[in-house]
Amino acid sequence: MKQEISRRTFLRGGIAAAAGLAASSIPGSAAVAAPNEKAQLATLLDISKCIGCGACVEACNETNAHKYPNPKKPFPKMYPNRVPVQDWSEKQDVTDRLTPYNWLFIQHATVNFNGEEHEITLPRRCMHCVNPPCVKLCPWGAARQLDNGISRIDSDICLGGSKCKKVCPWDIPQRQTGTGLYLDILPSFAGNGVMYKCDRCYDQIAEGQLPACIEACPEDVQTIGPRDEIIQKARALAKEINGYIYGEKENGGTNTIYVSPVPFEELNKAIEKGKGKPHLNPVKDTMAQANNLTTAMVLAPVAGIAAAVGKFVKLTKSSK
Amino acid sequence: MRKQRDMISKMPNKAVHYIYLITVFFLTITGFGQMPIFKRYYIADIPGLGWLAKFYVTHYIHYLAAILILALAAYMIIDYFVLQKKHIRLTVSGYVRGAILVGILVSGIFLVIRNLTGSRFEPGFIIFLDLAHLGLVMTFLMAAGYCLARKRSWVTLR
Repeated sequence: MKQEISRRTFLRGGIAAAAGLAASSIPGSAAVAAPNEKAQLATLLDISKCIGCGACVEACNETNAHKYPNPKKPFPKMYPNRVPVQDWSEKQDVTDRLTPYNWLFIQHATVNFNGEEHEITLPRRCMHCVNPPCVKLCPWGAARQLDNGISRIDSDICLGGSKCKKVCPWDIPQRQTGTGLYLDILPSFAGNGVMYKCDRCYDQIAEGQLPACIEACPEDVQTIGPRDEIIQKARALAKEINGYIYGEKENGGTNTIYVSPVPFEELNKAIEKGKGKPHLNPVKDTMAQANNLTTAMVLAPVAGIAAAVGKFVKLTKSSK
Repeated sequence: MRKQRDMISKMPNKAVHYIYLITVFFLTITGFGQMPIFKRYYIADIPGLGWLAKFYVTHYIHYLAAILILALAAYMIIDYFVLQKKHIRLTVSGYVRGAILVGILVSGIFLVIRNLTGSRFEPGFIIFLDLAHLGLVMTFLMAAGYCLARKRSWVTLR
């Protein structure tokens, strides 16, 4: 039943996204729109349901295998030498972390909370931020945000500079050397492959299907729908189980909302973190600092005009 | 009248000139810092330049410098069209540099809007903006270098 509701809201969100896309077909239209909570689709992950079976990981790999890199070897010699070659093509079976060939993995944690031991497993992948720094700060526009809230990297354009990973609070995108556009430009001096991460099965969603990880889950851990509805559901669920929410406010808001029976602070201490294994720390809004200067940017020309007028008045007085 | 002309001929004054140069310098260096090149090519390893490899820092400074250049641009436009139009005129190289600067500012403004939450530009338009912004800056630097070498001024007395 829950899955049916999820599908209905999902399709409704898809229609709203399509309408939004049509409205913004002219560059610049609706440029300064408010975050569209109806068009952006979010996923709710009820961690208490996850049994860590890995069906989502398997489904993700099967569904997205055609998008995985197929690097040419030998790799171009990189200058300077400090540029790291990152090759996962011989380790495509790795599923215990994020790699260019594994966009979703299961994190495990044992947490003692309120005198009770909790064995927790949770699927980890891109959070699909509401205002994603990986998309906004990509210097070439290779990363893009779809109207339905999905952020994805265009592997035909990405040069593999890894900036998206450095600005991502969770270091999600992963690089594969020896593939992509950089090979046709200056392979030894600029770029280093292509960055890969979860695209929430954007192509399946465009056809009205569910992302593979949601479809395959035997426990219905994930629900997808318009962000405002998902937030409401997450809050209701958290209230019901006396639980905790992660992803609603992190980095200014994401489209991946976790609800856990134990505090994320405790969960974060217990999970294995490191390369390709993202944390669960609180995250401030990374784009907000610069964006908060926008008002000053609007006022700047007014200040300039005022200064010129001041000069005009001064000159007029002194010439009399 | 002569007094006014004498005063005007000293404009733009040195303070504005240096603020402009410093602003353009920081805009350029932090703008290039948006590409992952300073760490790769050891520039961020030079003591005191480590900040060039920190994308959020360069992004923030780029915004601060953009605020200054917008204020300066508005000041100079009013100054030229209202105050000094009768006494000075833009040279050909001044028009060329001004037009390139306007292009940089306009593409930059669109990129600032792109960075706001909820902005919805087409992907192709964003790529165009990124490339246009960078291409115009490179063109501006070449034009500025040429003008510096050939001692071409922005304005001349009528």
